[in-house]
Amino acid sequence: MIEQHIVTYREEANELLTELETSLLELEETPEDSELIGRVFRAMHTIKGSGAMFGFDEIAGFTHEVETVFDLVRNGKMAVSKQLLNLTLRARDHIKSLLDASVSGNDIDRNEGNAIIAGLKQLVPGAEPVEIIRAAQESAPVSQTSDGDQNTWRIRFKPIPEIFMSGTNPLGLINELRDLGTCYVIAHTELIPPLSEIKPEHCYIYWDIVLTTSRGMDAIKDVFIFCEDDCDLKIDLVDDGASDSGQDYKKLGDILVERGDLSPAEMYKILDMQKRFGELAVSIGAVTPDKVQSALVEQQQVKAVRQERATQESATSIRVPAEKLDLLVNLVGELVTVQAHLSQTAALHNNADFAAIAEEVERLTEELRDTALNIRMLPIGSTFSKFKRLVRDLSQELGKEIEMETEGAETELDKTVIERLNDPLVHLIRNSIDHGIEMPEVRRSAGKPSQGTVHLGAVHSGDSVLITIRDDGAGLDREAIRAKAVERGLIAANAELSDKEIYNMIFAPGFSTAAKVTSVSGRGVGMDVVKKGIEALRGTIDISSVRGVGSTITLRIPLTLAIIECLLVRIDENYFVLPLANVEECVELTRDDISNAHGRNLATVRGSIVPYIPLREQFGISSKRPDIEQIVITGINGSKVGFVVDNVVGEHQTVIKTLGRMYRDVKGVSGATILGDGTVALILDMGVLYQAAAELESR
Amino acid sequence: MPKLIMTADDSASVRQMVSFTLKQNGYDVVEAVDGKDALTKLGSQKVDMLITDLNMPNLDGLGLIRGVRAGSLNKFIPIIMLTTESQDSKKGEGKAAGATGWIVKPFKPEQLIAVIKKVLG
Repeated sequence: MIEQHIVTYREEANELLTELETSLLELEETPEDSELIGRVFRAMHTIKGSGAMFGFDEIAGFTHEVETVFDLVRNGKMAVSKQLLNLTLRARDHIKSLLDASVSGNDIDRNEGNAIIAGLKQLVPGAEPVEIIRAAQESAPVSQTSDGDQNTWRIRFKPIPEIFMSGTNPLGLINELRDLGTCYVIAHTELIPPLSEIKPEHCYIYWDIVLTTSRGMDAIKDVFIFCEDDCDLKIDLVDDGASDSGQDYKKLGDILVERGDLSPAEMYKILDMQKRFGELAVSIGAVTPDKVQSALVEQQQVKAVRQERATQESATSIRVPAEKLDLLVNLVGELVTVQAHLSQTAALHNNADFAAIAEEVERLTEELRDTALNIRMLPIGSTFSKFKRLVRDLSQELGKEIEMETEGAETELDKTVIERLNDPLVHLIRNSIDHGIEMPEVRRSAGKPSQGTVHLGAVHSGDSVLITIRDDGAGLDREAIRAKAVERGLIAANAELSDKEIYNMIFAPGFSTAAKVTSVSGRGVGMDVVKKGIEALRGTIDISSVRGVGSTITLRIPLTLAIIECLLVRIDENYFVLPLANVEECVELTRDDISNAHGRNLATVRGSIVPYIPLREQFGISSKRPDIEQIVITGINGSKVGFVVDNVVGEHQTVIKTLGRMYRDVKGVSGATILGDGTVALILDMGVLYQAAAELESR
Repeated sequence: MPKLIMTADDSASVRQMVSFTLKQNGYDVVEAVDGKDALTKLGSQKVDMLITDLNMPNLDGLGLIRGVRAGSLNKFIPIIMLTTESQDSKKGEGKAAGATGWIVKPFKPEQLIAVIKKVLG
């Protein structure tokens, strides 16, 4: 990409040099022509500026010297002389040779350049010392990080009324401050004139900002770098974390005095009256309510920061038996159900008071739910550290050199989920070590470092956590898997399959391509168990692999098991919910679509054909099909499958209830939930439904 | 909708580099070869931001900035000036004319994007 710019620069520079030559020769005829002088100056200026951009530092440096002289000519401080023109023409030729040398790689006569510069300097009246410009002597304002303690700053930002005329958006600056840390902003409005005097293009508001950040003063100043001169800016450090005077922060009056909003005399006068300071300060007209508000915010924020610091230092936590937490989450689940019922009832009654209460309960329930679920969250790191040992022991046993890297150990997941993830992860890591990473000598001959790497990472993604197990080993052997799958009769010998479909074969029960059984793996138990384990957590598993480079296995695991986001759908009088994680989109299915498909359960969605399962048939609902049905399109194991329903009701917070022992073996239903009106909706297990339908089809 | 940014520069290589960087970062770009060209285009087309060189033929950067601020359609847009001068005098002149900020040449693409993100908010 940069090559292409350099070519353009060369062409441009050559054009400019030609223009420079012509202009200089013309200038010889008419030495007073300011238009011509301007052209000479601009040509050199562009050669210099663009040269520095594309790495022609020598050209930029040299041209700068010549340009400096011509700047004097342009400003009338120096006359055009024969000598100057001679030197400039020589300079032009020198620039040309520098430019050509950058292509040909020929040697450059640097003495020539120095001679020209020396000659030019002699011409300058008073011979001012000229500094040589170097590339990147000043960079654009990019804020630098200086990690430190959490400091609290008080910033008063008072832009000039005409701030908008410089294209600056004060709110943009304030938002930039917000990105630096915890930020409270108070707008002062007392300078806004009466409506008749307001100029709509002026800014009358100014702001007090209390910012707690680990970044330093420079980072804050960088925010205002472009408008330093267009605003009144005061930045004070009010709490630096070091001067620890307990949790108490300055009194309100002290803050106002310190900011210069109130004089000490006024403060004492107010203190004498011994009432609430803020109210009094306002009532005697010394400060506006905004100012008091602003000072109060500062006081609160510093207090909060200090309190937090104190809490961190003592690291208060209590141990609670896990069952108690489970009970709490169950109760919250019940509460969510009851709350949904309440909201629905309130909506029917059309009573404002009732509705307000219902809304309040809804808000509180949501908060309670999030808090309760949060309590059970644990960082996944504890599990990660166990694996380090596993990797070490196994690699020694197999004579391989393997290093394990982890990332995202602080990612939090529900405690139960973490526990149930343990076994699948052990399987996957064993696989990576045994099948993935090659022996040191094999690796060396393939040009890889003899030490292999297994990378274990966790990261949040929406309401799920993505866990990746990546190795830089041999990768999956597509042909071997295919051959094995054909041998075991899983696929036809001539089946055309995508890489993904072939890789998914390794999840088939009893599947193994390992030539010999080792103590670590190769018995063909594992991957199908892994897949079942992950699916039991309502997660998905995904493989990508490049032969010779390595494989990556990605697990997508929902954050919690107790409550999930679902799509509520209806068929006749029956309600069902589908976990939203798999749902991709909903489309209509009309009578015409059905007749066009000639009796096959296929729909065309934006050009691609998607098979669908009519849930009405699946659940034996005998009533008449409506004219227009809906297909909920889901992604299962990398392929798209639609589920046909009468009606999509909407998203639903689903509290999962098990169906009990009696219904343990029911296929296609993973549980049930209770809707707001008390109706029971079944939670569909889309993977099982799809498999059952696929088996039926193949028969 | 992607933001539309005008780059005004008489140097084709700088225009190309700026355009390339902007497009790579998801912005739409309209180019102008000098101040006059830029001002004419800005008279009829609303843009979200202007990046201008200071030394240009026909109408220089300062003239262009003043022209934009005196106009109506793009009166309040952020304007970034490109300058090789590290002296404060040029920045001051530019600011007085109504520029929002500046970038000193040579700059890296990341620096350009950082400044654009800053002034576009």
